Amino acid sequence: MHVLRPLYVVLALAGMILIARIFVVPEDFGIHEKGYMYGWYRKANEEEWKAFKVKYQGKEYCQDCHAQLEQEVRSSRHNIIECENCHGPALEHPSDPQKLTIDRSRELCLRCHTYLPYPTSKRSEIKGIDPNQHNPGGECVVCHNPHQASKPR
Amino acid sequence: MNRRDFLKFALRGSAALALAKGLDEIFQPAALPASWQPVRWVFLVDTYKCIGCGFCVKACKLENEIPFEANVSRTWVERYVVTKEGKVFADTPQEARNGFITDRVDLGKDRYRDIPKEKIDKAFFVPKLCNQCEKPPCVQVCPVGATYQTPDGVVLVDRQWCIGCGYCIMACPYGMRFFHPVYHVAEKCNFCYHRINKGMKPACVSACPMEARKIGNLKEPEDPVTKIIRTQRVEIHKGEYGTKPQVYYLGLSEEVR
Repeated sequence: MHVLRPLYVVLALAGMILIARIFVVPEDFGIHEKGYMYGWYRKANEEEWKAFKVKYQGKEYCQDCHAQLEQEVRSSRHNIIECENCHGPALEHPSDPQKLTIDRSRELCLRCHTYLPYPTSKRSEIKGIDPNQHNPGGECVVCHNPHQASKPR
Repeated sequence: MNRRDFLKFALRGSAALALAKGLDEIFQPAALPASWQPVRWVFLVDTYKCIGCGFCVKACKLENEIPFEANVSRTWVERYVVTKEGKVFADTPQEARNGFITDRVDLGKDRYRDIPKEKIDKAFFVPKLCNQCEKPPCVQVCPVGATYQTPDGVVLVDRQWCIGCGYCIMACPYGMRFFHPVYHVAEKCNFCYHRINKGMKPACVSACPMEARKIGNLKEPEDPVTKIIRTQRVEIHKGEYGTKPQVYYLGLSEEVR
């Protein structure tokens, strides 16, 4: 019956899509621990995210070679700041990169040391300056040693 | 056995079978041991400690390969200034990736406001990041199964699977999601899933000099973060949405949106 032809075409198409799906959709795609509403996904993606590259290695990593500097910082008020906050992410330093991109800018220091008169925030308790009054435009590291915060150079 | 007895017997028998099958489907005894997870990641933000340095944002962007100069970020810091007249000013210039280095509040469209010290009633900083909701609406709306909740409670995006339709960006009540400027797929904070699974802390937690940001395991009763959430007065964002956010705040104020 020729009127049924479109129906056969549709059925064939649906069949082809179902067959194609077997090859396209990976085996681990489906419903996992969190059920259909929250856990319908490709399981292998979890491992892909776990394998994402770590860039910030932490103080302990720096300490292995720069023990003396670490000791110096430890006795200063800046001991709460991670090395990599100013020195940039360590990655595989020293093999890659050999030298880190150190931020010595005035703006970096001002992140904490612009005085902001904010009650109910710890910010107002930090020693701060008015950047427009205190040697405007000058680099802080010319006079201050960031590794020994309390002492001038 | 007469017909009446037979029908009674058949009816009771099938009712008992249906009940047993129903109970099995509701409680799924076979699935119970598998569904129990030893880890549920939670986050604690202490807004009293935050100083608005923005080192968390810097570390997050570099760690998670979000182009630094792009105005999108997985985490950001908001500043709230409440004046004596009751006015609320809030800003987050460039997601605070360079911190707050001026007392001028950025009102957007190149308009700024200087608020003199005498006029300020209270002012504080609020770091924001993905709440890793227990009932994430962003996951519900994904038409292709590209975003999902891991067994330990973190919501991830499958970059290979995402078609970039943007439904999830619309669905998140916290505005956490955005398009990745390079990959053009949905992007969001995932508590640095690669770091927490190696025993490290998320990049923002490590970078915070004031310990304003902390991560913990809610399934571990002795975990310091779990203890604070259990024993202190913590607050969540937009609880009325019923998303059950898992980022808890100390010192949240009604001005915070």
